[in-house]
Order: sequence, then structure tokens, then C-alpha cells
Amino acid sequence: MLESILITIATAATPLLIAAIGELVVERSGVLNLGVEGMMVMGAVTGFGVTVTTGSPWLGVLAAVLVGAAFSLLFGFLTLTLVTNQVATGLALTLLGLGVSGMIGEAFIGMPGIKLGSIAIPILSDLPYVGRFLFRQDPLFYVSILLVAGVAWFLFYTRAGLTLRSVGDNHDSAHALGISVIAVRYGAVAFGGACAGLAGAYLSLVYTPQWIENMTAGRGWIALALVVFASWRPWRVLAGAYLFGAVSIGQLHAQAIGVSVPSQFLSALPYLATIAVLVLISRNRRLTMVNTPACLGRPFVPAR
Amino acid sequence: MATTGAGVDRKREGKAGGLLTVRGLTKIFGTLKACDGIDLSIGRGEIHALLGENGAGKSTFVKMLFGALEPASGEILWKGERVSISSPGAARHLGIGMVFQHFSLFEALTAAENIMLSLDEKTPILKIAERARELSKAYGLPLDPFAHVGDLSVGERQRIEIIRCLLQKPDLIILDEPTSVLTPQEADKLFETLETLRDEGKSILYISHRLEEVKRLCDRATVLRHGKVVAHCDPRKETATSLARMMVGDEVQAVKRAAGGSGGEVLLEVAGLARPAANPFAVPLRDIRLAVRSGEVLGIAGVAGNGQGELFEALSGEVLQESAASLRIRGKDAGRLSISGRRLLGAAFVPEERLGHGAVPQMRLSENLLLSRHVTDGRALVGPLWTVRGGALAKAAARIAAAMDVRKGGDDPEAAALSGGNLQKFIIGRELDRQPSVLVVNQPTWGVDAGAAARIRQALIDLARSGSAVLVISQDLDELFEISDAIAVMHDGRLSAPLPIAEATFEKIGLLMGGAEPGHHAGAPLETA
Repeated sequence: MLESILITIATAATPLLIAAIGELVVERSGVLNLGVEGMMVMGAVTGFGVTVTTGSPWLGVLAAVLVGAAFSLLFGFLTLTLVTNQVATGLALTLLGLGVSGMIGEAFIGMPGIKLGSIAIPILSDLPYVGRFLFRQDPLFYVSILLVAGVAWFLFYTRAGLTLRSVGDNHDSAHALGISVIAVRYGAVAFGGACAGLAGAYLSLVYTPQWIENMTAGRGWIALALVVFASWRPWRVLAGAYLFGAVSIGQLHAQAIGVSVPSQFLSALPYLATIAVLVLISRNRRLTMVNTPACLGRPFVPAR
Repeated sequence: MATTGAGVDRKREGKAGGLLTVRGLTKIFGTLKACDGIDLSIGRGEIHALLGENGAGKSTFVKMLFGALEPASGEILWKGERVSISSPGAARHLGIGMVFQHFSLFEALTAAENIMLSLDEKTPILKIAERARELSKAYGLPLDPFAHVGDLSVGERQRIEIIRCLLQKPDLIILDEPTSVLTPQEADKLFETLETLRDEGKSILYISHRLEEVKRLCDRATVLRHGKVVAHCDPRKETATSLARMMVGDEVQAVKRAAGGSGGEVLLEVAGLARPAANPFAVPLRDIRLAVRSGEVLGIAGVAGNGQGELFEALSGEVLQESAASLRIRGKDAGRLSISGRRLLGAAFVPEERLGHGAVPQMRLSENLLLSRHVTDGRALVGPLWTVRGGALAKAAARIAAAMDVRKGGDDPEAAALSGGNLQKFIIGRELDRQPSVLVVNQPTWGVDAGAAARIRQALIDLARSGSAVLVISQDLDELFEISDAIAVMHDGRLSAPLPIAEATFEKIGLLMGGAEPGHHAGAPLETA
């Protein structure tokens, strides 16, 4: 019983986690991309479409990652090269993604999908209680955990990560040091887009292997809230994603045992939790200063 | 003696083995020639001063040397070869290092991480920390490599900048107004470091408008005015007065000060004002007490970041006090009053930042005038149904501009369109126009040209002599000595007892700025902590 609950929580948490860890890198570089929902839904439709066309879910995953990255580079071109407003451009990207995915997905509605199979790690997967949860999962579950570890290591233990954080903290100083602010940000934005695309593919290839219009259902927004909730720290994103995942699964189980909590309240919980965390971290200025990218959302135009 | 114009001192250049030669460097912003055909040469092992008033083009010039700005024309020769410096990275690669005036550090990162970012090679962070520690010891600049920059004082931040620069082993180090944030004692320490570096054969381009330190430290000097080179000279053979004349021309008139009036009634009184630090980088105010009498100018000196900003906020009402009695304006308790409430008691305030704090950059001068005076002059400026009396407002704005000699482009331009000095004159004039009985000013002439500064200082003295109480917070000691009747010093959130101007010397004030006499309260009641 506990193990199956854990597994359902993991399915709910993984797409949030993948999308959020990508957005965390974007925001650490000082760019606010509100288009996560749009990139995610594009990933979902591409992943599904390529999978049913070619019969290979792996090709679907690859295509979703590439489309997510390409979609985010459109955002990058507009905000970084043409210096448009990041908030407005991000919102436009979400609307564009929902629209375009609906159009492409028209043909796929009602088609049966192919589920990405799970991979069992020998011996470990037979461990009692946690074996199935930790070691007999879909491949993207493992990818999500590796992504968190990789991002945490990259940001805080590599020189490139230091460069990325410096760009997010003070882009003028970074420029004065000879760091190419725009190039770093393009890289971060593309990574964020690739992650969002992957998260979308998870939805249409693992979570519910079919295409439904708007199937992201606000998960992109929860991922954005998660980044703030985690105060821009990778491992806290992991904790937050599983917490939010547990809340949405808890909603189903609560209904099953007859406790009636309005579902609207439960779906609002992640946002309420984010607001609570925002209030808490704003009180601690030191914490905010060290973790919040000071240049978040600020356009960079070098003086020549 | 000074060689004027383009005549570069070639003999010296040859002997010293010319490290850097600049010919005809020009930079144009819009219609303004920020740098106009600048010639300069620096030899090896030379400390070369670049002198000039604020806005003379010094910063623009060095930004071109450091690759942060692109010159419109002219050429740069580095070690005899013509180079184009397209980016700060290229400048560092050549061997040019720079310590910025406004620090270019990353506050969220540690000192070692900041240093690591500016080094090209791939060295592990622990090794960098070790090297930074060694260098800091060798040059007497103590430093903790693992401290977050946001937690450090300005003096410590400057050390990081210098050590970061030294680790790149540059041949030429550019220092942009390095002493503007240091106490005289910290500055002495810096000079020793610079002299050591010169003896090791490094060249230094030292930008300053402080003449005494240039005379003491520098081998040669280039003087800029309005973007042009007005002289190359040996500062040791010049007097401070002759250097000042080269820098500012003949536009400056000395400020006239009548004998200080004292013994008037106390108009501004602060007693036991305390304020906890609002954030980890703010300074808490500790038991501040002061009194300014009618007819008096009280100056508050101190190194930047010792609580002056916090004190100003507390006095102006941007932050309210715990107890109403801790601040009294004209005998009335004002500690719990809002900014408007304090203004209605006859007080006026001029904050440090002109744009964004003292004035809204995108609003016209008349609109900015209305913003600060709609309560105190409500009847004159606002008509029935809260409509603005445009005519009265325009008249008032014109009156202020005329009184303070504000030079502006149009009839009623946006605040951001004015030069710093002219906007500052307008903002101070806006408050003076009310004839306030108490005026509190923070950094009245920061970044203002000499002519405007003299005008502002004179206006402050005249206001005091007409019977008002004036409190001036400034980092410019020369200014405070010029206008104050007494000077008190802020250090670490505490205020010293005021020294009457007759007893004050640079040395005494400098010691207080460095915190040499903590809790020095000669005239005030003893602290009961």
C-alpha cells in the first residue's frame, strides 16, 4: 500500500521536478522564462506524435527535448537578442505553445499511445518497501534524479556553474570580467527548454500515454512556483516536487476514503505553499540575498 | 612645469621604456564629447595620476583602456604595438588590470569565487583561496577568502578587487578613485601597497580628484578638463592650488562664510536614537544624540557605510522611530511623524541619490516640485477638487531654477535630462525655496562639478545664517571643513560628540572616522548600555 502510494507520488512529482530543475538553471542565469507551460505542452505533443508515428518512444523523448529547446531559443532570441520584456514574452510563449500544440495534436486525439517501459535494477528492485519505488521505475524517473544531482554539482562545484551564477547575480560585473552574458543565458534558456520538453514527454509517454489537449493542466506554472518555493536550490526543488506531488495524490486518496476536501482547494495548495514560502524567505534577507539571482528578469544591454 | 596640450613628454617615455601610449583617443556620447583627443603615456614602474573634476572624462577614458567602451577614434599603443582593446577580457590578456570605483563584485558569491571568476586558468578554488591569502599577507591587506562579499565592508571589498587584480599579474593597474571610500588611515595603507608595487616595476594609473594624495604618491600627472587634456605635469613640482586651477579652470569662487552664529535656539534635536539593522548589510544606529541650533551648520563626517544613510532615513521619516521623543523638530516630538508631518513642522530633506530618490527621472521638474511640496504648499499649488495649479507650479519651478542658476535644455525638462550638478541645484533649491527652519542634506555635492558645488555650499551657509538649522552629511571632508560650524563623525552606527570647527583638524576627524575613539562622547551624557 505505502509503496504504491509512493510510486504514484513519484509519477506526479517527476514532470514537475524535470521542468522545475530546468527553470532553476534559467533563473539562476538571471532570466525569467514564464513560458514553461508552453514549452512543456509542445514537448508533450511532439513526444506523443513522434512516438506513434515511428513506434519508438525513445525517438519521441528525443524529439520532445529538441522541440522544447528550440521553442525556448525563440524566447531567447526575443528576450536576449531583441531585448523584449521577459514577462510578456514568456506569457506569449505559453499561449503560443498551447495553441500550436492543440493544432498539431488534432490528429492524435483518441489514438492509443505507447508507454515508456520501466527499468528494473537487478537485486535492488527486490528490496522490501522501497525497492519498487526507487529501483523499478520508468527511465525518466532516474533521469530526473540524475538531473537534480547534476545541476547541483554543476552550479556549486564547477567553474562554468560559478560563471552562470555570476551572470545571474550581477550581469554588468560579469560583462566587465569578459564573460559573455548573452551566450551564458542562451545556454541556460536552451537547457531549461529541453527540460520542459522532457517533462512534457513524461506526461504523454508515461503519466497518461495519450494526447489530450492542454494536458499539462497548469503543471508548468507549478514548476515555476516550485523554483521560488525551493529558493533556487536544486535539492530543495526535489523535496518541493515530491511535496506537491504528494498533495495532488493525497487529494485522490482522500476522496477514496470519503474525506471531502474541495478539489479546488487542493489544486490551489502548491500556490498557497509558494506564497507562504515567499513570505518566510523574504523575512530572512540574508537567505534571499545569497540565493535569489539579483538580476532575475532584468534585461542586459552592454554599453558600447 | 606643465607641458601643455598634446606635447607628450617623449624624453621620459623613452627612458622609462613606454608601457602604454595613447594618441588622440576620443569618445562621443550623443552630442557630448566625453573624451576629446586624449594623449597620454605611461612608463614602466611609474605611478601616473589622471586628474580631473567629476565629469571631466576620466572614467570614460579608462573604460576605453579597459575595453568596456569602444573609442570613436584614436589609437592605443601597448608595449610599442598598436592594439585594439575590444573587451575587458582582451585588456586583461594584454596585462591591464582594473580596480573599479563602483565595485564590480558579486555580492552573493564568496571572495574566493569572485577572484576565481576573473582568472582564466583552471585552478581549484582552494588553491586560489590559498594564493589570495598569501598575496593579502604579502601586501598587508587582510582578507578571508570564504566570506560572502555581501557581508563585507567597502574597505574589505576594495581589498578583494586589488588582490583579484594582482593575481592576474598585470603590468598596468588602473585604480579609479580608490580612496573615496577609505578612511585616511586605510588610504595610507593603500599608498604603501601601491609604492611596493611600483618598486616591483608595475605601472599604476591612478585616477583621483584629491590633490594631496596625488602630490604625495604620483610621479607624473595628466590633467583633464571637459574631456580634453589641459596639462601633463610633475605633481611634486606643483602646488595643490596650481593643480586645482588646471583641473577646474577659473570658474570656482571661494565660498564666503560669515562668522558662525551660535547660541540660537535648538531647532533639531536627536536624543537616544537607536535603530536595529534592517538587513545584514545595514548598520544599526546606536544611541545617536545631536542638536543643531538656529544659525548653525553641523557637519557629519564618516566613511561610507557607517550608518549615515540609516541616520538620514531616520531623520527624514522614511523610517519611523520607536519613541516620538527621540527626534524633536522645533521643540515638537517628531519621532513618530511621517515625512509630510515632519515637513509641516518646517523641516526639509535632500537625500543622497538625486535620480530615483530625490527626483523621479522621467517626470518634469515642475512635477517633481509638486511631489515634494503638495502637502506643505498645498494651498498654493493644488486647487479645488485636487487639480494642480499649473501656472503657479510653473512659476515656482522657474523661480527655483533662476535662484539656483539651474541650466536646463528646455522650459520644463524631465529630471533625467539635466546634468547631475544642475539637477542637484534644482533639488536643493526646491527645498530652500520653502525657507525651511531645519534642513537635512545627505551628500549635497556628490558627483557635482566644482561650480555647482560652490553654489550649493554657499546656499547652505546662507540658509543657516538666515536663522535655520542645517545638518550636512558628507564624505567630503574638505566640504565639511568649508561649511560647518562643528563636525561630528559617524563610525559603526555611533556619532561622536561634535568638534567645533576651530578645534577640528583632518587628523582628529580621520582618527574618529577610523573608530579610534569608540564611545567618544565628550559633551554628551555617558551611555548607559
